[in-house]
Amino acid sequence: MTAVLEIDGVNKNFGGLRAVNQLSFVVHEREILGLIGPNGAGKSTVFNLINGVFTPDGGRVKFCGIDVTGQAPFRVARHGIARTHQIVQPLAELTVLENCTVGACFGRENLPLVRARAAAREVAVFVGLEDRLATPAAQLTIAAKKRLELARALAARPLLLLLDEVLAGLNPTEIERMVEVIRGIRGRGIAILIIEHLMQAIMGLSDRVVVLNSGQKLAEGTPAEIAANPAVVEAYLGDPALATALHGGA
Amino acid sequence: MNNGRTDSVVGDRPPPLLGRPFFWIVALVIGAFAIAPLVGANVELRERLLLAAVYITLASNLNLMLGYAGYINFGSIVFFGLGGYICVYLIGAREWPLAAAAPAAGLAVSLMALIFGLGILRLRGAFFALATIGINEGVQAFAANFEPWGGSAGLYLPMQVFAPLGGPMRALWVIYFFLIAVMGFSLYLSYAVKTSKFGLGLIAIGQNEDAAAVLGVPTALYKALAYSLSAFLPALAGGLYFFKSAFIQPTDAFDLGLSTEVMVIVMLGGRGTVTGAAIGAYLYEELRGSLLTSQTFANFQLVVSGLLLLLIVLFAPGGLMGWLYSRWPRTREALE
Repeated sequence: MTAVLEIDGVNKNFGGLRAVNQLSFVVHEREILGLIGPNGAGKSTVFNLINGVFTPDGGRVKFCGIDVTGQAPFRVARHGIARTHQIVQPLAELTVLENCTVGACFGRENLPLVRARAAAREVAVFVGLEDRLATPAAQLTIAAKKRLELARALAARPLLLLLDEVLAGLNPTEIERMVEVIRGIRGRGIAILIIEHLMQAIMGLSDRVVVLNSGQKLAEGTPAEIAANPAVVEAYLGDPALATALHGGA
Repeated sequence: MNNGRTDSVVGDRPPPLLGRPFFWIVALVIGAFAIAPLVGANVELRERLLLAAVYITLASNLNLMLGYAGYINFGSIVFFGLGGYICVYLIGAREWPLAAAAPAAGLAVSLMALIFGLGILRLRGAFFALATIGINEGVQAFAANFEPWGGSAGLYLPMQVFAPLGGPMRALWVIYFFLIAVMGFSLYLSYAVKTSKFGLGLIAIGQNEDAAAVLGVPTALYKALAYSLSAFLPALAGGLYFFKSAFIQPTDAFDLGLSTEVMVIVMLGGRGTVTGAAIGAYLYEELRGSLLTSQTFANFQLVVSGLLLLLIVLFAPGGLMGWLYSRWPRTREALE
């Protein structure tokens, strides 16, 4: 398997706090890699280090063999990494179609406007927003906004998709639909790195899981291996429900 | 608030330029401006329309930053003044012809804006707005102390500079037509930017700059390009305007009051809309004219513009076009 993303010994400090500590892992082609860990473990920081919102204090980030460490977010996007945000960031006054067009215009393929619109329409339909194309993003429900985040990221035709809690705040039906969409994305040959708190969902979706705790990698393996790992269960202690969920998902 | 939106993006393939109503509306406006004062050689109407054309030029170009990219440029008048200074200097001291001096002034100011822009556009919100005021004040202080530009006394042009245009009286007409052309270019530029990929990137920046960057919009470059682009035609207009006056001095050229009025115009018409900037400019010029000539309200237009800005921001943030779009949504298809 070829590596799409290689994180090698990455560090990030915020003042005296080491948010990410000597973190290394690899995302392979067509793989769904789950990134889990307690609140404050540094998961979103890892995303920000990958797509250039933060510059690592040490270590390297390689994407498809290219060193992208510390490159500006727009350059990282051009290389083919797209992401969604934990807190949705719609371009509020623009319509669903226009939001997706921005993604397609400035993404990996750097499409001209007319072709970008066609690509935008296609992904909007793919995530199930076909009847909302002309709706300003601000007027969407939270579930639809989450799908818009996903569509906009997909419109860029990325090679790697970073999903930051796209299931949070959705009801069970919406979660089911979203999980299907995510599987569909993998079916398009896109590698996915996903942060999620819903253990059942992430254990079911992921091919492999990396567990973060206090900015360090605690464990890495298949969902079954992770659920059986005593160190992981211990890290989640104090949250028995989560420990149960881990076993439940195995 | 739907005023910053671009509906042109909705259709898959936009009709060719000549097939869009907007193209013909602008062509008609330019035609009306050019022909109306010719009827009976109405000099008074010409002067009023000339001022309106200057306002439309300034407002349209300010709109590129304020309406599209969402950056408040309080010192946009610096482009106009600097363009005026460079043009008047090149004609008076270097004996350049107007046809070379005015574009040269436009290019020089545009280049300076690009360099400044790459620096100050790192700032956001109120800090950017403050920096733009700082630039205007800084350039004004420079002009007031720069000996080749006549210091605080300013620069005068001798009457013979009008000779190549057929004497002072004919020159006024020639300059008027040039300014109408600059106004037309401004409107088409606003439209071209709005319907382009570059414009979509700018509007994305105006909506959420961080999200735009993550989506791949080269925010720093786009902002600097927009800032620089928004400098060219105002500088050209400044060159023509101060050439017409044959006189320029720092307090006239870099008048922050005028800068604020242009902002009122953009907000009055509707930020982010091409038509709004034009209508706002025309209405404001008419209002200002009546206030200036009124005995009771002499020099009162700045108070009115302040009050107007307050009312618009509070009650109609979309301006006239925002109101029109929400009242008759179909107008959005014909107007930009």
